[in-house]
Amino acid sequence: MAQAKFTLPALPYAYDALEPYISGQIMQIHHSKHHQTYVNNLNAATANHVKALQENDVRAQINLQQAIKFNGGGHINHSLFWANLAPANTSQAKPESAPKLMEAITAKYGSYGGFKNEFKGVLLGLQGSGWGWLVKNKKTEQLDIVITKDQDPVVGDLAPIFGVDMWEHAYYLQYFNDKASYVNGIWNIINWDTAEGRFLGRSGALKL
Amino acid sequence: MSLLRIARPTIARRSLLTSSIRYKHTLPDLPYDYAALEPAISGKIMELHHSKHHQTYVSSLNDAEEKYASAVSANDVQGQISLQPLLKFHGGGHINHTLFWQNLAPKGSGGGEPPSGGLAGAINNTYGSVEDLKKKMNASLAGIQGSGWSWLVKDKDTGALQVITMPNQDPVVGKYVPLLGIDAWEHAYYLQYQNRKAEYFSAIWDVINWKAAEARYKAAA
Ligand SMILES: [Fe+2]
Ligand SMILES: [Fe+2]
Repeated sequence: MAQAKFTLPALPYAYDALEPYISGQIMQIHHSKHHQTYVNNLNAATANHVKALQENDVRAQINLQQAIKFNGGGHINHSLFWANLAPANTSQAKPESAPKLMEAITAKYGSYGGFKNEFKGVLLGLQGSGWGWLVKNKKTEQLDIVITKDQDPVVGDLAPIFGVDMWEHAYYLQYFNDKASYVNGIWNIINWDTAEGRFLGRSGALKL
Repeated sequence: MSLLRIARPTIARRSLLTSSIRYKHTLPDLPYDYAALEPAISGKIMELHHSKHHQTYVSSLNDAEEKYASAVSANDVQGQISLQPLLKFHGGGHINHTLFWQNLAPKGSGGGEPPSGGLAGAINNTYGSVEDLKKKMNASLAGIQGSGWSWLVKDKDTGALQVITMPNQDPVVGKYVPLLGIDAWEHAYYLQYQNRKAEYFSAIWDVINWKAAEARYKAAA
């Protein structure tokens, strides 16, 4: 078949490298099972879409949109997520690795602490499954905090700087219903180097 | 009208209420032990699901209703409308879980025993058999993209049975009467089944309380 097959990206760190903030067991299931399932289903939906296109079947193409959005979003979101996390003891996990971004955060939210509170409030307000994102509006250059539901990806004028998976599978085995503690812990493992790169547009388009 | 049951606290609980004269919702007791649904649903899941998740919906519903009442007395329609999602989410969470606990039962106390009476006839007419209905409902559960519920409902207008899914905590309202609900949020199964949710969907039929579904079906006539 001519079209590219999507594959599960390797993690840039070991499954247990984000402990104690995210357990190795969570990371392993999350990456090797959940993310893999999105990749598999995206490949299937994409193949069906190619077929529908060849057969000039517009109804079939439209019927596949939701599967492509959900599984494509799942693949995009998790790929962004793994890359915007880093083990706590690395320099990447220090906010100092994102001087320009931190300047913009401070300008918008008063302080890093103020930003963290705001981000947490938005994430904990999510009703159901979804993601929390720090984004940059490409037109206005403004930072913003948004949530996308289920596996909707950040699209359009908004560029994702970093995302936090708020599906229960992302934290339940370790934090149970206490998602606030999961969000509190995540600040220790944000990859600020990646975030700075996305903020400055250095990283280009996401390669899947 | 089974839904009204959640709006009636026990006398003992009522006495615990604070100075507020407004009605407060309370967490209903489970009609069985946390571990009673094992091995289909682990005791740990049941305990967290009931005492933490459901409790949070109850507490947040009470908060939302209090805020809503203030908005009403302040004639603040904008405020009321902006509170709607909160009321819907936590009110729905309370309604859905209350219905869910009732439509589960331990094996040996009716759990998994096939439906009888009018509901059984309607299922056979609509789906061919209970097994076919289970397949249909499991497929609908597997198709939920995110958090939500699947329900067997009765259409009040036509009397027909239907399987529907509702996102997040949206409750079944309007022309549909909920007969049987299955929670497809990850918290409902993750500690035991992790990503293997199909195993949870197939195991839960061992603890489905069809008597509760029948009673709802009859009451909806
Ligand atoms: Fe995830
Ligand atoms: Fe639940």
